Amino acid sequence: MKLAVCISHVPDTATKITIGADGKSIDTTGVNYIIGPYDEYAIEAALRLKEKMTGEVVVISLGGDAHKESLRKALAMGADKAVLLKDASPRDSFSVARAVADYLKEFSPDITFFGKQAVDYDNSAVGLMVAEMLGLPSAAVVVKFEVKDGSLLAEREIEGGHEVVEVKLPAVLTMQKGEYEPRYPSLKGIMAAKSKPIEERQPSASSPKVEILSMLKPPPKPAGKIVGTDASAVPELVRLLHEEAKVI
Amino acid sequence: MANGTMSETAIDFSLNEEMKLLQQSVRDFAETEIRPRVLEHDEAQTFPLEVFKKMGELGFLGATVPTDLGGAGMSAVEFVIIMEEIARVDPSVGLILAAHSGLCLQHIFLFADEIQKKRFVPDLATGAKIGSWCLTEPGSGSDASGLKTTAVKGGEGYRLHGSKCFITNGSYASTYVVMAKTDPSQGNKGMSAFVVERDREGVSVGKKENKLGMRASDTVTMTFDNVLIPRENLLGREGEGFHQALTVLDSGRIGIAALSVGLAQGALEAAIKYSKERQAFGKPIAEFQAIQFKLAELATHIQAARLLTYRAAIAKKKGEPINQVAAHAKLFASEVAQRAATEAVQIFGGYGFIKDFPVEKFYRDAKLLTIGEGTSEVQRMVIAKNLLRS
Repeated sequence: MKLAVCISHVPDTATKITIGADGKSIDTTGVNYIIGPYDEYAIEAALRLKEKMTGEVVVISLGGDAHKESLRKALAMGADKAVLLKDASPRDSFSVARAVADYLKEFSPDITFFGKQAVDYDNSAVGLMVAEMLGLPSAAVVVKFEVKDGSLLAEREIEGGHEVVEVKLPAVLTMQKGEYEPRYPSLKGIMAAKSKPIEERQPSASSPKVEILSMLKPPPKPAGKIVGTDASAVPELVRLLHEEAKVI
Repeated sequence: MANGTMSETAIDFSLNEEMKLLQQSVRDFAETEIRPRVLEHDEAQTFPLEVFKKMGELGFLGATVPTDLGGAGMSAVEFVIIMEEIARVDPSVGLILAAHSGLCLQHIFLFADEIQKKRFVPDLATGAKIGSWCLTEPGSGSDASGLKTTAVKGGEGYRLHGSKCFITNGSYASTYVVMAKTDPSQGNKGMSAFVVERDREGVSVGKKENKLGMRASDTVTMTFDNVLIPRENLLGREGEGFHQALTVLDSGRIGIAALSVGLAQGALEAAIKYSKERQAFGKPIAEFQAIQFKLAELATHIQAARLLTYRAAIAKKKGEPINQVAAHAKLFASEVAQRAATEAVQIFGGYGFIKDFPVEKFYRDAKLLTIGEGTSEVQRMVIAKNLLRS
């Protein structure tokens, strides 16, 4: 089976983000980058499928040379090959999806995995746009799946529960936290990754459909409210939690 | 080697891409798999067997062992990186690794013949078996040559008799390297080293020590009561045991130096985080110069200790003599660790004295580092001996 995993290279979720001088990008000074956490579930899902059915896992990322760090980690986890669609310039979801779709058309994997969203711009768009551009069936926010001759059953998260859908292969899945807790790269994996190839490709260009005008920090948290300091305050606290905060 | 440890300038302490990946992976492992249960293992003095097994699966235990013997084929530099990241979260897990890989496995790997290597190394490298190293006795610590355990040669092999104390991993180990006198009349030259399997008759585990720190690491007395050891378990030749033990300690000290750097780094990071959160006189205590100077001083000392440790590891990787550089690194780093833990507790104030915050444990754990694998005084003796030689 040919399995593709498309990964993003995003600021560490523990990083404190500040807005850059231009007011429409983040200040990248001192920011540590990681593989998107949802993309790690995608890598793990692909690796487990490969281990069960044999096949090849190719991991793909679009961006500058810095993305090689994340690609190398994916190789150390067990992916066979990496492709860097090398372009460091900013792109919107559509133009990323266009370039990835153009590359995948040529590679034609049986299943293409994405994380359900990257944790930078949070658009949750690229995976499903790619499916649409390639005319492939897709299942989003998948927590678990099973391949059955020529199709797959995907369990996906929906509001308040899960649903199971069947899609024909080839297909695109976007992965959510669930069955596939990512492995740590082993020392053998890290050594093996040294000799695995990272192929560099020129991605196709396309005009963006979205332009970022400005970025704003969320407003600071308002100060807390002390309702009282003894048991007599409990009824009022319960009322506020129920009526104002609506958490109970 | 592009972007390697040693470039053509010959002085380069930077980490290459694989080393950075290794560092990040071990850090993720330690944060996720070790951190949640640090206090629990410390309080109950329990050995984190699950963590040990996982470290074996990921290759941490056999990092420096060649791949054909079940290891990862890495160098002392990578071992140092692993040790620092583990100790940053839990120094007592670092000590488990130091005793297993840095002493027992290292001793067998350095001095075993090919057949012995095949018999003993793979199970230790993968963590299928736990290793322990037995030198210290109730009557001999720094004065290792004064040990009383004997191995008397007979028709079937050697009869090992004596007891050992402060044996790390002892209760959980199934492979021990034991130093004993094969010829007590010869002093140092009469000592030999043996591999002893747990299931031999006469091997028994004694009292588990109740320790100040490093409490997740297991420390026991071991008794060998006329244990029959076949000749095939002698490492190297008779009379080489003392020399072998000193060589293993030289290399083990690099591991303890890395453990110390990790502990110090963990203490510093905890102190930085706390000083930004804790308010006094209307602002975070990090805004007071008294705190800032402590942090700056610690960071500088830690960086110096780390460079000394890398320097020793690079020397080992290149096959250069390490006696002096390892002693420099161990002496300095262990004392930095103790200072870092003390200052971190000071920055935490009263909260540093209770177990709800991590620095109380670092403070207790740090003390072992200036004692184990050669006290600070022994390191100074080693260093001075090298200075005054010729």
